Amino acid sequence: MKLTGAQALIKSLEMEGVDVMFGLPGGCILPAYDPLLDSTIRHILVRHEQGAGHMAEGYAHVTGRPGVAMVTSGPAATNLVTPLADAYMDSIPMVAITGQVGRPMIGTDGFQEVDTVGITRPITKHNELIMDPQEIPQLVREAFHIATTGRPGPVLLDLPKDVLTSEMDWYWPDSVDLPGYHPTLKGHPRMIKEAARLITESRRPVLYVGGGILKARAAEALRALADLTGIPVVTTLMARGAFPDSHPLCLGMPGMHGNFTAVTAMQHADLLIALGTRFDDRVTGRVGTFAPDAQIIHVDVDPAELGKIRRPDVPIVGDCKSVIEDLVAAVQAAGTQADRHEWMARLRQWQEQYPLTYEEPEDGGPLKPQYVIEALRDACPPDTILASGVGQHQMWASQYWKFDHPYTWVNSGGLGTMGFAVPAAIGAKVGRPDKLVWAVDGDGCFQMTAQELVTASSERIPVKIAILNNAYLGMVRQWQEMFYDERYSEVYLSPDLPDYVKWAEAMGCAAFRVETTEDVVPTIEKANSIDDRPVVIDFRTDSSEKVFPMVAAGASNDDVLTAPGVQPGLELRRSLPGGYGGGGH
Amino acid sequence: MAGTHHTLTVLVENKSGVLARVAGLFSRRGYNIESLAVAPTDDERFSRITIVLDAESAPIEQITKQLFKLINVIKISELEPAGAVERELLLATVRADPGTRSQVIELVGVFEGKIVDVGSDGLTVMLAGQPTKLDDFEDLLRAYGIVDIQRTGRVALARLERNTPRLRSVKGKVG
Repeated sequence: MKLTGAQALIKSLEMEGVDVMFGLPGGCILPAYDPLLDSTIRHILVRHEQGAGHMAEGYAHVTGRPGVAMVTSGPAATNLVTPLADAYMDSIPMVAITGQVGRPMIGTDGFQEVDTVGITRPITKHNELIMDPQEIPQLVREAFHIATTGRPGPVLLDLPKDVLTSEMDWYWPDSVDLPGYHPTLKGHPRMIKEAARLITESRRPVLYVGGGILKARAAEALRALADLTGIPVVTTLMARGAFPDSHPLCLGMPGMHGNFTAVTAMQHADLLIALGTRFDDRVTGRVGTFAPDAQIIHVDVDPAELGKIRRPDVPIVGDCKSVIEDLVAAVQAAGTQADRHEWMARLRQWQEQYPLTYEEPEDGGPLKPQYVIEALRDACPPDTILASGVGQHQMWASQYWKFDHPYTWVNSGGLGTMGFAVPAAIGAKVGRPDKLVWAVDGDGCFQMTAQELVTASSERIPVKIAILNNAYLGMVRQWQEMFYDERYSEVYLSPDLPDYVKWAEAMGCAAFRVETTEDVVPTIEKANSIDDRPVVIDFRTDSSEKVFPMVAAGASNDDVLTAPGVQPGLELRRSLPGGYGGGGH
Repeated sequence: MAGTHHTLTVLVENKSGVLARVAGLFSRRGYNIESLAVAPTDDERFSRITIVLDAESAPIEQITKQLFKLINVIKISELEPAGAVERELLLATVRADPGTRSQVIELVGVFEGKIVDVGSDGLTVMLAGQPTKLDDFEDLLRAYGIVDIQRTGRVALARLERNTPRLRSVKGKVG
């Protein structure tokens, strides 16, 4: 059967089971948009190509299936660069398709020509410029295979216009042919046995789990391991929801804005069982002083993560689900767990002594952002999907939301992409139309990608956006207050400009403004009752509110501030010279 | 030079853009390449890249792991300096007027090089050998006046010993 390259592309996407794609047509990708009219694939027309990329990410976050974005060449491809980098940092499976100038034009600085493959090489798991239409099915199949296996990530296919219009003989490949790509999935039995021994003997262990748990669909296996061993769990920003916050063993989020117990448990642990996580600087603080007494078991499907930051005592390359299941069996065989009563009692004491707190608002005082998130959490079903942008609101969302289900938290962790929330929430709602999807966004973030609410309105994707409008680039303001002597430089945004309610209404959304504590819950309930269009709520929140606890950049996690000037971790470290008798190594 | 550098031979798919991927990875991760040579292998599907790295600046384990993540990289071997045969090629055009010509020719003879081109007041000479030998040769030529010089990147193969090549495969190696 003869097909054009464009027809072969769309048919290949159908063969891969793609049900929806996000994109925006233009000159070089035009041929691919014609067969799309006759395809079963739903196409969502975005207002800016960055939106297409983040929607594909949001879709992938909540479904586990690769998100697909299709845009044209040149500026469209460069607009996709940020989402690709974001997906690469957070290991999101994604396939991006870009148009390219015709083959004879390549290298001539043609209209809307950029070296897309060159630009995206360091921010994709793999990319290909397809120079022969006959290769399209094979390369599409390989792209999906690479994007979704091993450590997932974005793959980009760049298609010159004349490749899309040339004819090819249709086929669908039986297999992929990638001699250099064989991810190791099964953990080494000797290492697993050694890990089980360390786990069984450890007196002060912590399960340090990251986004890899979710990528490997290993939440259930993790729960089995935690229940079997009784070891407490910290869930990094990327792993919120991988282990239920309501579980008694859950310590919550560690790191720069983690809660005191999660941060300090790792500092005082004698064993960290690191699963699908990469010792990010936002988790470790100063690496040299991170978890100084801990032996490390590190499990990751990407061998390059093992020893990149901290040398593990037991490195295990493999898929988290498979390795954890093997670990469960090995721990069962290894016999009785060491006595950890003292450790658990200490953790409980810290939890009681140093809970997450914020000052209750004074009567008639400004709205507290943390209160807004708590109210939203309590007004929504527990399996609500929450997206966020990047900054203070993201940290408060991660701290104060209660994540009891995997795949309900969609955020930009590694790259820290402001503007992620709105398009990511839209993509998430497309992937899970059965679920309530809220985005908590900052006013700075919202202004970066708000135009995608036009997409949401016209495509009838009823997402809900809570803007925590503190009129500032709040996280930067916080750093200037704390580390630059309150010299505020270029961080003020104004609460009224733009008028978020009018702007949202102009984009086809229902919109409300909330300025008092009493209005918070009724307005959220009103928003939750609207299901025929997007909703935006402009919450006017306290500009002076800061995110705590906090470990300053480059500081040790022992220095964690639970409030300004309060560093209980330092006293703990001093009071425990050699500290724990009998345990450890 | 033994002990101060790492030599990696990297078997890659013979496709366009693969060299850029490898070179880009090095610059992206902040590693310096001392020299690099690419050549086809006896199997036309694959090429071999020989990369020499400064041992001080380069965390070799992390580099090989990152290289392995490239989809087009098939196999990586680290050649230990003591266990490898390394060669490099030098071409130089040297001033050689009738007064000094015979001295240059003699020097080339001592080093077992070759004269590959002769002009009225210069010679182009060629020498293949160990990089240190090339360094010495280059130093001695300098006295006569080097007009132009070109050196290739280093190529290397594992030394044969009791029929067992001392190739240390690093594929999948961890810890």
